[in-house]
Amino acid sequence: MIDRDLPATDDELHAYVDGELPPDRRKTVEAWLATHPDDAARVAAWGAHAELIRVRYGGAARSPVPARLDLARLARAERKWTWMAAAAVVAAFLVGGASGWFGRGALVSGPPPAATSVTAEALDAHKLYVAEVRHPIEVPAEASHLVPWLSRRVGSTLRAPDLATFGLKLMGGRLLPGHSGKPAAMFMYESASGERYTLYCARSAAPETALHYNVAGQVAAVYWGDGDVGFVVSGPADRERLIKIAQAAYEQLDRRTTRGNS
Amino acid sequence: MGGFRQDVEAAIPALRRYARALTRDGDVADDLVQDTLVRALRSERLFLGGDVRSWLYTILTNLNRNRLRSLSRRPALMPMGDNDAADMAGPEAGGRDIERALATLVDDQRTALLLVVLEGLSYREVAEVQGVPIGTVMSRLARARAQVKAFLDGERPVLRRVK
Repeated sequence: MIDRDLPATDDELHAYVDGELPPDRRKTVEAWLATHPDDAARVAAWGAHAELIRVRYGGAARSPVPARLDLARLARAERKWTWMAAAAVVAAFLVGGASGWFGRGALVSGPPPAATSVTAEALDAHKLYVAEVRHPIEVPAEASHLVPWLSRRVGSTLRAPDLATFGLKLMGGRLLPGHSGKPAAMFMYESASGERYTLYCARSAAPETALHYNVAGQVAAVYWGDGDVGFVVSGPADRERLIKIAQAAYEQLDRRTTRGNS
Repeated sequence: MGGFRQDVEAAIPALRRYARALTRDGDVADDLVQDTLVRALRSERLFLGGDVRSWLYTILTNLNRNRLRSLSRRPALMPMGDNDAADMAGPEAGGRDIERALATLVDDQRTALLLVVLEGLSYREVAEVQGVPIGTVMSRLARARAQVKAFLDGERPVLRRVK
């Protein structure tokens, strides 16, 4: 039974445009529209706007898919990545002390969202300051207040790991605006040949996570989360070396060992 | 497994279209699709059946939300120029106006509108993609349409005059 006196609700008008109404209600709405020109005009406008959207963006689905979106190619790259990470797991176990680093299924599930944004911020800061000739850092390593100051501002006890085994010397650090303006810290290291690496530390909602490697052109980053802090080691895109450096930093910064094997 | 890959492959053109409309930038859109595909491949073993297409839309929608969140610390700029390949331009004036109208929408409303209108998802599917009740999808859709209509009816002549 169709009740012609019952007004069509706005929800029904939308459902009508989108073909979500059952046939009997459809008839009711059509009857309503026939006698209510204002609603009929709105419904017509929604339909016209939908058509504009389809015309505007339809071409994107018809243009040839670029090579970088080739699924077989992406799958090959993934396999390589997984193999590389697996090799690093073995290395971590051989070195010892880093067990569980790659655990918790991180390789299959991908990095958590917060990790992605912290990594993006770290890479931005890295690219900007590594290129600086005169003022790459704000406070030099020699200043005794460097680490306490950054720890206080970030709101977590930080340390600048010793990366001398990689020929990297701590230059100093700086304070940065991190996610939504919250303070973040960056330590910068340099090798004799002028290669620069940074360690970025920011309070992050990301849960504790395993290592994630992320490459962005010439530079790459390794992210991990520990407690409420996200760490990112960035440097030239040499995976093997960057992962080793990140691993060394991770071991020195590991809260669990710092807290005395809780 | 073969079926899964085939389903993902078949969805790529639609994902590009959706990402293109979400981001209004061809390069950013393809970055988003690439991230979505990598994420999907990585989670292939975790996929327990169901609609691959909806699942891909969910991944892409979430990735885009993260992207916007990380951009939010930067001042919001309305795209004035066009970073477009000519093949996507469509009828010039109408295409740009609808693009600007979409740019004024809140992300969740734009997402709901595009999934329904451009991608042809049902309200139920959109509710799953956005992780909200159907009623919320419908109110997002209603607000999005009202805003687009207000923009195209009212603000466009004002913008033209300023130009």
